[in-house]
Amino acid sequence: MLIELGHFALVLACVLAVAQAAIGFAFWRASGTAARFVQQAAILQFLLVGLGFATLTQAFVASDFSVRLVVEHSHSLQPLIYKITSVWGNHEGSMLLFVLILVLFGAAVAAFGRNLPRDLATLVLSCQGLLVAAFSGFVLLTSNPFWRLDPAPMDGTELNPILQDLGLAIHPPLLYLGYVGFSICFSFAAAALISGRIDAAWARWVRPWTLASWSFLTLGIAMGSYWAYYELGWGGWWFWDPVENASFMPWLAGTALLHSAIVMEKRNALKIWTIFLATITFALSLLGTFLVRSGILTSVHTFASDPARGTVILGMLAVFIGGAFALFALRAPALRAGGLFAPVSREGALILNNLFLSTATAGVLVGTLYPLVLEALTGARITVGAPFFDLTFGALMVPLLLIIPFGPFLAWKRGDLVAVVQRLTFAIAATLIVSIIVFALIGFPMSLAPLGLAIGFWIMIGALAELADRAALGRRRPGASWQRLKGLPRSVYSTAMAHFGVGVTVIGIVCATAFETEVITAMRPGETVDVAGYTVTYEGESQIAGENFSADRGTFAVASPWGTTHEITSERRTYLVSRMPTTEAGIDTYGFSQLYIQFGERMAEGGRVVRLWHKPFVTLIWLGAVIMAGAGALSLTDRRIRVGAPKTARKKAETAQ
Amino acid sequence: MALTRKQKRLSIIAGLGLVLAIAAGLILMALRDQIVFFYSPSEIAEKGVAPGEAIRLGGLVADGSWMQDGETNTFVVTDGATEMTAHYVGILPDLFREGQGVVAEGSIRPDGTFEATNVLAKHDENYLPREVADTLRDQGVWQGGE
Repeated sequence: MLIELGHFALVLACVLAVAQAAIGFAFWRASGTAARFVQQAAILQFLLVGLGFATLTQAFVASDFSVRLVVEHSHSLQPLIYKITSVWGNHEGSMLLFVLILVLFGAAVAAFGRNLPRDLATLVLSCQGLLVAAFSGFVLLTSNPFWRLDPAPMDGTELNPILQDLGLAIHPPLLYLGYVGFSICFSFAAAALISGRIDAAWARWVRPWTLASWSFLTLGIAMGSYWAYYELGWGGWWFWDPVENASFMPWLAGTALLHSAIVMEKRNALKIWTIFLATITFALSLLGTFLVRSGILTSVHTFASDPARGTVILGMLAVFIGGAFALFALRAPALRAGGLFAPVSREGALILNNLFLSTATAGVLVGTLYPLVLEALTGARITVGAPFFDLTFGALMVPLLLIIPFGPFLAWKRGDLVAVVQRLTFAIAATLIVSIIVFALIGFPMSLAPLGLAIGFWIMIGALAELADRAALGRRRPGASWQRLKGLPRSVYSTAMAHFGVGVTVIGIVCATAFETEVITAMRPGETVDVAGYTVTYEGESQIAGENFSADRGTFAVASPWGTTHEITSERRTYLVSRMPTTEAGIDTYGFSQLYIQFGERMAEGGRVVRLWHKPFVTLIWLGAVIMAGAGALSLTDRRIRVGAPKTARKKAETAQ
Repeated sequence: MALTRKQKRLSIIAGLGLVLAIAAGLILMALRDQIVFFYSPSEIAEKGVAPGEAIRLGGLVADGSWMQDGETNTFVVTDGATEMTAHYVGILPDLFREGQGVVAEGSIRPDGTFEATNVLAKHDENYLPREVADTLRDQGVWQGGE
């Protein structure tokens, strides 16, 4: 009964979204009544879809095997947490999550965007309503999670064991909050194009939403990367898999959008480009959804490939993005160019940032789509793998990373590069000294690693140098500097923090790639192997029984170079229902480095094949991403851009007078 | 150096154009050199793939062909018509089975066997790598999955 209620709620939300869009588009100029209806509809949709999602979750938790989706993706033996995560561990449920986040952002704009101009808010919510209508319609017609099964089987067929992990509880919701969150930026862009209100104020309104989505997407991608790293047991953290690229392209475009929106906000320039980026970022999200859901790519994300669904998503992509571009073509010629600036200036630096980021996005896009296009045209089956992306993406990132510390030092309109270099002298010297000390300690390998490390240090030190410079550290009394430091706006801190995070990630990537140690060997109980100074002893294996799996668990004693001992266990599991084997890597963290053990097959002559990695500073890769996301969150708390707050400060000031 | 409005704009556009041109050249070059072709054992025999060239080999693991010597694995990849012996040092994916589909990345050795640097994991029991399924269907070894 509950599940029918949920089904009905989703139908209602879909109908409501159609009404919302129709009324909003028809009367956005006119009365406050339409605006109020559109707002209330947005909040009501969230409640309805939330109800639908809750009833589906309830069916999974209660193991209601009269619901087809529960039968296909859950089992009564599964631990509770995996019963809940099973809700979105499949195509239908994940599309419902997609819709839930669409309406969440709509409702958030309705609730917190009270200070937006009425016509713009109405248009944003109408566009969002159109998206909700399309996607909830898609769920209802092609991927309905609420179908019953009659007669109901006794038990289900279990969630894919590889997805039975805490990662499924965290990665998809975060990723979707980012991925789908950019829908609201798209709606803002469409609203700006329809209303013609394309100015600095628009950039200020859209920026918190971009920041929030971007922060979630950063976390989601990092979490997905860490999950793949420990769950797939290959020891890699990024594979340039098309599905990874599908989430990475919106991130690159979103990062460009964050930066170009600053120029639009501060200088009223780059308006067309910023609107274009807002559109293209969500287009890339939709493209990713299409690639992942259509089944033209096979991956762990392809739950059930159904070309019909892919075609529908492609159709929606064409309609929404085509529509946005048509509006774009109508409006763009009427836009007047904003503030002028010299090539060497803050604007110029941000344009360079955008140039490199968008070119990198295009490179990743080409590499991702090329195999599909080539196969369609010639039938040749190829893979564009890591070598392609390392070469093209890497080559584009090096100059971008090098210029990061210069950007915040350059003045708006006309910067003085010589003066900036002078102010950065200390940072440049510090980078060189740190790099030389590090290479003296670890030896100077003949590779690109020293360059990579130096770039990482440069970005981190450059970020700190910006704060030091703004606080006039060394030029004023320490007390005065401290006062200045405290008085800096949070957005300055968040810029420095985000850039610092980039540096941290770069260091992690370089270290884990260039200095990793890998050992593959056959081990019998009692045997010992040395991995990068760690002495690993294989102590033996035991049989264990989990809630819904049985496993062979290998136990290893690890003596670290500084004398501590640890125990690492790695398992080969067989899940009881699907009879599917999986490997649980054994990972132990030492500082920022990790020892990673994969437990292999039993050999005929006894013993096991064991694959061991030492990955120095590998956790910095994800830590850097967390710092970047934290910077996004910090920036959101800045009073000047806080959601819905832009007017309050001035009002307060007026009352005070 | 005082630039006029037009000169400023031109210098920016020229700079952008230069970076874009370099990037486009890089991407095209990489697309020519860094892509990896997928072949079945029969296609390798037909096309004469050069030893050392990075390729992907796909097919079924022949029954009874998988041998382990410590961490070294040897198995035969077949598409029903032609067979190819492959070597792999390391731990094979959990779902590696005789009689099931497999995709191996690596290159052909001078002795004509395949040296795999990576064997791709399948993520569930029912899933046959798409390239393998297509090839096998073309060769008439396997029907279904359409």
